[in-house]
Amino acid sequence: MTIHRCWVYGDHINTDVIFPGKYTYTLKTPEEIAAHALEDLDPTFAAQVQPGDVIVAGKNWGCGSSREQAVTALRYAGVPMIIAASFSRIYFRNCINQGVLPIVCPELNVLLQTGDMLEIDTDSGQIAVHGQRFSIPKLSPSVQAILDAGGLVPMLQKRFGKV
Amino acid sequence: MSGYTFAEKALARAAGVSSARAGDILDVRPDLMFSHDNSAAIRRIFLEMGAKKIARPDRIAITFDHAVPAPTTKHAQNHAEIREWVKEQGIAHLFEVGRGICHQVISEEVLILPGETILGADSHSTHFGWLGAFGAGVGRTEMAALWATGELWMRVPDSMRIALTGTLTPGVTAKDVSLRILGNYGVEGGIYASVEFAGDTISTLSLDQRAVLPNMMAEFGAKNAYLPPDKAVFDYLDARRTRDYTPLYPDPDAVYAHDYTIDVSQLEPQIALPNQPDNVVNLSEALGEPIQQAFIGTCTNGRLEDIQAAAEVLRGHKVRCRLVVIPASSEVYLAATRAGYIETLIEAGAAIATPGCGPCMGNHLGVPAPNEATISSANRNFKGRMGTPDAPVYLASPYVVAASAVAGKIADPREVLPLSR
Ligand code: SF4
Repeated sequence: MTIHRCWVYGDHINTDVIFPGKYTYTLKTPEEIAAHALEDLDPTFAAQVQPGDVIVAGKNWGCGSSREQAVTALRYAGVPMIIAASFSRIYFRNCINQGVLPIVCPELNVLLQTGDMLEIDTDSGQIAVHGQRFSIPKLSPSVQAILDAGGLVPMLQKRFGKV
Repeated sequence: MSGYTFAEKALARAAGVSSARAGDILDVRPDLMFSHDNSAAIRRIFLEMGAKKIARPDRIAITFDHAVPAPTTKHAQNHAEIREWVKEQGIAHLFEVGRGICHQVISEEVLILPGETILGADSHSTHFGWLGAFGAGVGRTEMAALWATGELWMRVPDSMRIALTGTLTPGVTAKDVSLRILGNYGVEGGIYASVEFAGDTISTLSLDQRAVLPNMMAEFGAKNAYLPPDKAVFDYLDARRTRDYTPLYPDPDAVYAHDYTIDVSQLEPQIALPNQPDNVVNLSEALGEPIQQAFIGTCTNGRLEDIQAAAEVLRGHKVRCRLVVIPASSEVYLAATRAGYIETLIEAGAAIATPGCGPCMGNHLGVPAPNEATISSANRNFKGRMGTPDAPVYLASPYVVAASAVAGKIADPREVLPLSR
């Protein structure tokens, strides 16, 4: 079981505000990329985020462009999982492939405020918050294996004997 | 127990399992995997993975289309890297500069068949729904994984049904239907869904028209789109194919998350105003808006019938603004030349360019200057799509684009010509 601080956001947050398109070809290092995470949504985020913090969002998190940096910017900032009422299709895939756990939980973002703490037990598949429990939907074994490896590139690196 | 949707059946087939339901996650082995000028970037991720040999080179296609012929040395180097890679890996299908746009070329070469699954490193891979295939777009990392392993995980999507009823009136096309769907339900209306078309309108549409619908469902947020294939599709494929297939149809009692019906018989020509493809109004509300450039082409509307439509409108007229026409493939180009359409277009003042994407995403061959308005037969008009954020883009059918080129402002094709169709 782990304890996480939450950053709570609303519905239909698009990838342009998660990671602005103007940086996609110019910023390369993890530090540079993380420094612009959520820049146009919440200017306080990049400065104050701590490793282990999680995002708790509403519907359709990550809609818009397919850019993978909208996930990696958060990963580089230390965010291990994103909880949302729902994810856009490509963003969900990008999370898995980048090794960030996407958790679909429709009720959470209305219950919580930024700064609240929640407990997550990925082994038993439970989230505990304000005395209430929510279950984490199970991923298929093949998808879980990608996450466990840390993402699609590291998983295949293992398979092809690179590491 | 309820019946199965097309998506449930197609992905179960592609994963080699007896059945699947929306929400299931499957390891899918696609029948074809394709990419384009982005293949050099995919190669670098593939190598980073430590893979050495492409797993199923006979099922890989690469098309040069996004910047052809190479406009800069950098693009040329990119192409050269890909050619070398294709040779080294024994990739079965390479389509050279001038052959055309990936979606169109793969359709013409019949590398994909009804009931099959095709994954492309391109968001408009929904296109292949026109022939009853499951087509979806993937990211570059995912295409690298597909090269390495020949398979990829897929979540079986929920499905929505859009029934089209009635017959289109002359001068109104599948493009107008697609724009109206976006106008009605918004760019998120089909998010993550398998958009499964039905209804009596489909069999009245030519194959060139049918491809527009699933192509534009990418703008709807769809994972894939599907039209039930009929005899017209089978006849086309039978003349070209090299393997057998079994078409798939959704069960009549399949469960859909949404079920919409659109009567197309009253539909007027539609137009998407800048800067979003769901910013759609009846053409009559935009008439007279000045434009500086008109563009007919792309995977959405660069086929023979589109060029024929332009020729019908332009015959005997001269354009009053720049008109760029780019056939979607060499096959289209040749047929349009033989039919005399290209001659008509050149006489009217059009500039014709090499088959490919052209200025669709702002690379070359007709990018606008800031503050110049373009009317385009493409699928997207996001800010900056054609190269500069200050150049507004309108989206419409080839009829409307051609009529607007004649007028130098947005115009109704039905006033320019007595329409036969
Ligand atoms: S024509 Fe435009 S939309 Fe179609 S594949 Fe090319 S760039 Fe993409």
